[in-house]
Amino acid sequence: MDTILSILPYLIGGLKVTLYIFAIAIVLGFLIGLIVALFRLSPFKILNWIAKIFVDAIRGTPFIVQLFFLYFGLNSIEWISMDNTTAGIVTVAINAGAYFSEIIRAGIQSIDKGQTEAARSLGLTSGQNMRYIVLPQAFRRMLPTITNQSIISLKDTSLLSVIGIADLTQQGEIQAAATFEAFNIWLTVGVMYFVIIYLLTLLANFLERRFEMR
Amino acid sequence: MSIIQVKNLKKSFGKVEVLKDINAEIKEKEVVCVIGPSGSGKSTFLRCLNRLEDITGGHVIISGQDITNPKLDINKVRQEVGMVFQQFNLFPHKTVLENITLAPMKARSTGKEAAKKRALELLEKVGLKEKAGSFPGELSGGQKQRVAIARALAMDPKIMLFDEPTSALDPEMVGDVLEVMKQLAIEGMTMIVVTHEMGFAREVGDRVIFMDGGYIVEENVPEELFSNPQHERTQAFLSKVL
Repeated sequence: MDTILSILPYLIGGLKVTLYIFAIAIVLGFLIGLIVALFRLSPFKILNWIAKIFVDAIRGTPFIVQLFFLYFGLNSIEWISMDNTTAGIVTVAINAGAYFSEIIRAGIQSIDKGQTEAARSLGLTSGQNMRYIVLPQAFRRMLPTITNQSIISLKDTSLLSVIGIADLTQQGEIQAAATFEAFNIWLTVGVMYFVIIYLLTLLANFLERRFEMR
Repeated sequence: MSIIQVKNLKKSFGKVEVLKDINAEIKEKEVVCVIGPSGSGKSTFLRCLNRLEDITGGHVIISGQDITNPKLDINKVRQEVGMVFQQFNLFPHKTVLENITLAPMKARSTGKEAAKKRALELLEKVGLKEKAGSFPGELSGGQKQRVAIARALAMDPKIMLFDEPTSALDPEMVGDVLEVMKQLAIEGMTMIVVTHEMGFAREVGDRVIFMDGGYIVEENVPEELFSNPQHERTQAFLSKVL
């Protein structure tokens, strides 16, 4: 018990790194997802293709390969230099972005065409229609799936430990090796992930109620 | 000078030609009812008048502006042409008041207070002032359609297009909506109404257009068209619906 208490500060430090990376990556990922979804739905064929290739490439390769490609592969190019945190954030963001884009696309397409027709018939531009009419309704519908993908992305951050990022999982490994308290340490690490994800679920439930369609 | 001129209008969906050669003129303050069997192209015709459907051929001129010109800012024209849909298409995530104020505030940069004041006036006009804070889901079909009319009127349009506005309503709701439309007609709004309400067409319409198979088959003042149809297709249609 005393050992756990003494290493808890390290694990909490790791948790902070995990949350820091997750918070930035998920916001970036959502923006990437939104842009890619709009590309996918745009009337311009070339943008459709870019979006489709991006999504297929990310969905068709393992996360860890994407991470190694970005961190080791791209870094081997002379004029590119990324530290491991940046590479980690970018990988999680791009990966989440591809999945988000499909969620957002489906959400936008699920909104009745009559909504757009009504908005456009009033003289709103297609951008205003997206912003004030379609996206707010689509977002409400997408929330459960977005929550799901966010949880998957949070868990994916644990893989960043392999490129030496001192996240929660990495701290667990270090402390387990140093103290031989593997059982207690990995149990604690698991509980910490669980609590964070549970809080995320509660937040999502709260948002869902907030945006409840009347 | 006609406020709407339609010249050789054609519209195809893929290989299916829905509008074959439509010519029509509508004068200011005129109320024109469009009737015809389903699939005759009457809704498509209406939707071409604000370019909700891409126009395949011909010209549609609204207040002197040819809306088939791709360089024209269609949003400006649409602000002058209100539209009411069969399925209402109210914005379910916004209150009745917000439904009405959104377009004036965003498309025309009307101030919030001015837009709200105008919205409440319009709600009073359609008899729903007490519903300002409600959400569309809390309204009956007839109430929704009256809100939709108020929403379109909030842009102070010169022309109002109605696409079967009472077809999705329970029979006891139809009267309230028609009453609002009748009031609008009396106030001098230019209206084009696709409808199955022959009573309304007869009473309120200045002119009735009968469409079939993508053509305007016959048009006349209501008394004449209903009591003395010239074309046999008009006769066949009216014998079924009257």
